[in-house]
Amino acid sequence: MVLVVVERDGDGTLTEDSAEVLAAARDLAESLGVPVGAVAVGEPGELPDDLVKRGVGRLHLLAHELLTDGSPACLGEALAGLVADLRPAAVLAPSTDRSTEAMAWAAAELGMPLATACTEIRPGDDGPWEVTRERAGGVLLEDAALTAPIRLCTLRPGSPSPSETAAADEMTVHVVVPELRASVPRARLVERRERAAGMTLTTAPVVVAGGRGVGSSEGYAVLEELAGLVGGAVGCSRVATNNGWRPHADQVGLTGTRISPDLYVACGISGATQHWVGCMNARSILAVNTDPEAPMVTRATWAVIGDVHEVLPAVVDEIRRRSGR
Amino acid sequence: MDVLVCVKRVPAVGAEILLTADGTAIDTRHLGFTIGPHEECAVEEAVRIAERTGGSAGVLTVGPPETEEQLRYALSMGADHAVRVDTPETDPDPEATAAAVTGALGELPPYDLVLFGEASADAGHAQVGFRVACALRRPVVGGVKGIDLDGDRVLLRRESPEGVEVHEAPLPAVAAVLEGLNLPRYPTIKGRLRAKKAPIRVLDGPGATGGLRTLRLRHRPEARARTVVLGHGAAAAPAVVDVLAELGIVP
Ligand SMILES: Cc1cc2nc3c(=O)[nH]c(=O)nc-3n(C[C@H](O)[C@H](O)[C@H](O)COP(=O)(O)OP(=O)(O)OC[C@H]3O[C@@H](n4cnc5c(N)ncnc54)[C@H](O)[C@@H]3O)c2cc1C
Ligand SMILES: Nc1ncnc2c1ncn2[C@@H]1O[C@H](COP(=O)(O)O)[C@@H](O)[C@H]1O
Repeated sequence: MVLVVVERDGDGTLTEDSAEVLAAARDLAESLGVPVGAVAVGEPGELPDDLVKRGVGRLHLLAHELLTDGSPACLGEALAGLVADLRPAAVLAPSTDRSTEAMAWAAAELGMPLATACTEIRPGDDGPWEVTRERAGGVLLEDAALTAPIRLCTLRPGSPSPSETAAADEMTVHVVVPELRASVPRARLVERRERAAGMTLTTAPVVVAGGRGVGSSEGYAVLEELAGLVGGAVGCSRVATNNGWRPHADQVGLTGTRISPDLYVACGISGATQHWVGCMNARSILAVNTDPEAPMVTRATWAVIGDVHEVLPAVVDEIRRRSGR
Repeated sequence: MDVLVCVKRVPAVGAEILLTADGTAIDTRHLGFTIGPHEECAVEEAVRIAERTGGSAGVLTVGPPETEEQLRYALSMGADHAVRVDTPETDPDPEATAAAVTGALGELPPYDLVLFGEASADAGHAQVGFRVACALRRPVVGGVKGIDLDGDRVLLRRESPEGVEVHEAPLPAVAAVLEGLNLPRYPTIKGRLRAKKAPIRVLDGPGATGGLRTLRLRHRPEARARTVVLGHGAAAAPAVVDVLAELGIVP
């Protein structure tokens, strides 16, 4: 069996990432000649029907209060128990924080390796499997040999193209109440606050970001103004955060936020790899930079060569002039 | 309270990354080295906790002698003591790293809190902290962006897809932290001088290897069209707004 850890949204529907992992699992299971099973936490809801359509005939539902109130380590412990029982050929999970943490704990418990952030899995006949994984959020790709009786992998989104699948004949649901050892001290969720509504860096259609070239925290006023005019959010590079010009929540990049807006406006940002992995999925990029050779400029869709503080005020004026505001 | 932070030596790569001829590693001949931003925040937090509680902040790395440069950097930020677990590899498999850290924690005096980065800056396996917590049967929370001490327990704040969560863990505990936890200080000259002379304790590594072996590193294929230069300076503004209008971003 190829076992897939699936996650659900707040309203109980399968997440997009989980659907992609299921598609990848189906391809893998087909090449191995084994079935696909799924594991999820909580009540069945619509999940069994949804999974049948996706060719999954077996669902393991983990039921324990600690799986909703505990930390991902509890899920890891429960998962390790199930995997030890089922002995699947592979366990695939989306590379979200929650699943990655659970898989890491499960791998440790099982005494097995774990390949995180995989973009491809190539099963070997008898020997090790080969995986391609993203290193440092995609700064580089790594081909690695994975040697284990059960191959544990988390998958980055955007890998396979979900193909048409035949529905499974039937669905068997197993409710599993994991034994979470009482002797293990655990972290417990004690408070949950919903995020304030409003535009965030990840949801904004346009992000206007500034780096060292903006020069000071006051220098961001014109970026704020432009973002306001185009209905966007302001972002920044790590230099801006380190200098205390902007809060870390604004940082785009490997250790900041990864974004995929329609337009990314990069002002005075050189385009270091750790920044680039945060914005490379933007539909288009406009770079404003004094240096025509800056990597951000040579990789952008459009560029303006010049000083941020000359170019942006002129752009703001031009937008206002055209819209008569 | 005594806090230990695990840090990893990684190459400080810029905009272009060169690989070695055999393609298995980054060519570091012309590069400096650093610790990851998550770990820098972990060191800062440990130093603050030690200052606040009158405890100590230790740093630990797993690797060959040259990784002591990163331990000294952490010492210059205010860490009190440093430990290196000797292994020949600079980028060990995460199972091997976790085994080395776990082994060392068995030999060292006990710590109330052990901090990791959520993911190392080069390999980014995002698992060493969880493996160590599992081996030691310690409570662990990842993605931590806020740490509050409250007697014999610790409150750990993290973000989730739904919002902000606070987890409570009894001490001793483990946390994997994220950049943004705090704004790390720059080392002072005095700190640097102190760090230069500080002794570093060296422990033998377990010599374990794991089941994940790097075969080769590759650049990701890039498919971007050539950049269209819209103009120079303020004179480019009309061309910029034409593009914005074309994209439907401005009327
Ligand atoms: C492990 C690790 C993780 C990291 N994670 C991140 C991350 O998440 N996000 C991130 O951003 N960085 C990250 N970094 C840092 C990254 O390597 C770069 O140092 C950083 O992105 C550089 O920021 P910058 O482009 O603003 O500054 P610089 O690289 O100094 O570039 C400034 C640019 O501004 C241009 N410029 C200067 N003056 C002007 C002007 N007046 N008008 C227009 N242009 C001007 C210059 O030509 C230059 O291109 C990380 C580094 C490491 C080692
Ligand atoms: N060689 C190492 N020595 C000490 N700590 C390490 C080492 N490698 C990883 N770590 C710690 O484990 C965290 C997660 O690493 P990783 O699982 O490789 O992403 C890092 O942020 C460090 O805190």
